[in-house]
Amino acid sequence: MTESRTTLYIVYTALGILLFITLFPIALMVLNSVKPSTQIVENPLAWPEVFRWDNFTRAWDDARFGRTLWNSVVLTTLTIVLVCTTGSLSAYVLARRKIKTWKVVTFYLLATTTAPIQLFLFPLYFGFARLGLINNPLAVACIYTAVYSPFAIMLLRTYFLAVPKELEEAALVDGATHWQVFRRVFLPIVSPGILTVALIIGLYSWNEFLVATTFLQGRDRLTAVVSFFQLSGQYTSDWGEIMAAALIIVLPVVVLFVALQRRFIEGMAGGSVKG
Amino acid sequence: MHRLYVLPTLIINVVIIAIPALLTITLAFFQWDGISSPRFVGGENFADLWHDRVFWTALTNNVIWTAIFLTVPVGMGLLAATMMLVARRGSTFFQVVYFLPVIIATAITARIWQGMIYSPVTGINGLLDRYGLEMTNPLTQTATSLYGIAVVDLWHWWGFLCVIFFAALRQVPAEQVEAARVEGATFWQTMRYVLLPGIKPTITLMLIMTVIWSFLVFDFVYILTQGGPAYSSEVLSTLAYRSAFYDLAVGKAAAVSVVISLFGLCATVFYIRAQAKEFEE
Repeated sequence: MTESRTTLYIVYTALGILLFITLFPIALMVLNSVKPSTQIVENPLAWPEVFRWDNFTRAWDDARFGRTLWNSVVLTTLTIVLVCTTGSLSAYVLARRKIKTWKVVTFYLLATTTAPIQLFLFPLYFGFARLGLINNPLAVACIYTAVYSPFAIMLLRTYFLAVPKELEEAALVDGATHWQVFRRVFLPIVSPGILTVALIIGLYSWNEFLVATTFLQGRDRLTAVVSFFQLSGQYTSDWGEIMAAALIIVLPVVVLFVALQRRFIEGMAGGSVKG
Repeated sequence: MHRLYVLPTLIINVVIIAIPALLTITLAFFQWDGISSPRFVGGENFADLWHDRVFWTALTNNVIWTAIFLTVPVGMGLLAATMMLVARRGSTFFQVVYFLPVIIATAITARIWQGMIYSPVTGINGLLDRYGLEMTNPLTQTATSLYGIAVVDLWHWWGFLCVIFFAALRQVPAEQVEAARVEGATFWQTMRYVLLPGIKPTITLMLIMTVIWSFLVFDFVYILTQGGPAYSSEVLSTLAYRSAFYDLAVGKAAAVSVVISLFGLCATVFYIRAQAKEFEE
């Protein structure tokens, strides 16, 4: 397609406007994270008169990030491990139609991806409370696993489908067990898919709010996002500090995303777009 | 042995989702405060909802929300994706930037908009107000609160659709686009007769998911307004959450959840039918 100059001019202007709309709030966060609160009140757009780096240290202390970021890391890791192990096993069986009921199981899982969280949240909460599982990261990781693994399985399924049938059959003829086929033949080939799933599930559980705020309420159990929410809601009205806290949570995610953007985007699109 | 490989997934899924979901449906017919033993009340919870003005406000808000999200972000996403296809150079860069809001936690996005844009004290709104433009915080007005929240969610969401549409558009065979060009089709004609039909399955899927997600919207409402002021931005999910954990009316919360699920169920049927085609191949 070759376009006229005018068309290209209009297209780039429109894309540029959207770029500005997207970046403007993010720029405000970065800019104001180093400003004293008095200057934010004066003008949120102005360049910092003084750089208040202590916004970050105060945010770190007030949101107890030493503790809560660690909690998020633990929760995210647990979720990734659970989703990837259970999900790849299921994807293997479902993609290769190893069981007669593969259709029923697949549709059951598809149906649960659309189940509203409120449909199971309340009995789950009161059930967990009775079992003493509130404030238990492993229990929350199990909730995330239940919610995210259908998506993970649908995504992994496409990777498992791409493995040549001949490879699998040759191994089975040679007397390999299904476990050996899964481990030696499939896992090495689908590992990029597993990495993609790990990234996306990691992102989801790092950012998740509703379940985390409901099930992890103990001061020492809060995730970083919930701790940020409480900091900005109750403990301070210093927006410099709040934006600094926001930046601390967002920065690692953005760096990882920019570095691995193709994987992220293909993965998130792949779970929902039919290739 | 390998037949058991699906068991871990299924066990976790059934314990966390299926069983509690069935319990919720049962609880919808009980009165329960979460502590004492539940009391069977039949359809009373639903009858109460029928006469509850807040419930109808919430339901209406969900419908408005669905209407907004079926049109605005889908339109923005399609338009931007097509433009990226035309521009070609720099499309990766645009894609990455447009996707940024999707990866930022909702709690943080909400606070940025609340404090840095909408706030009359620390935000752009306040700044414009001091320059003489009459600005009010949309979140504090009953007439605008829902739309104020919707703008934040739109900002957060449209890039996702854009990137997905772009991925789909790139799979439309280039010859088809070229052929349309050769025959003198304008940009809009190419879009209308070649590109849009080419990605119709993707658009359908996204529309179905939008309906499902629109009835689930929670984070932004809960963080930005808690459904206020005066319930003007209440949606079904925040109503259910508050009923369960603040008013300890778990039966009522369960009844609201069942209503949410009924709307989701209609969309789910379409979703599964759309997906089923793929699995038949």
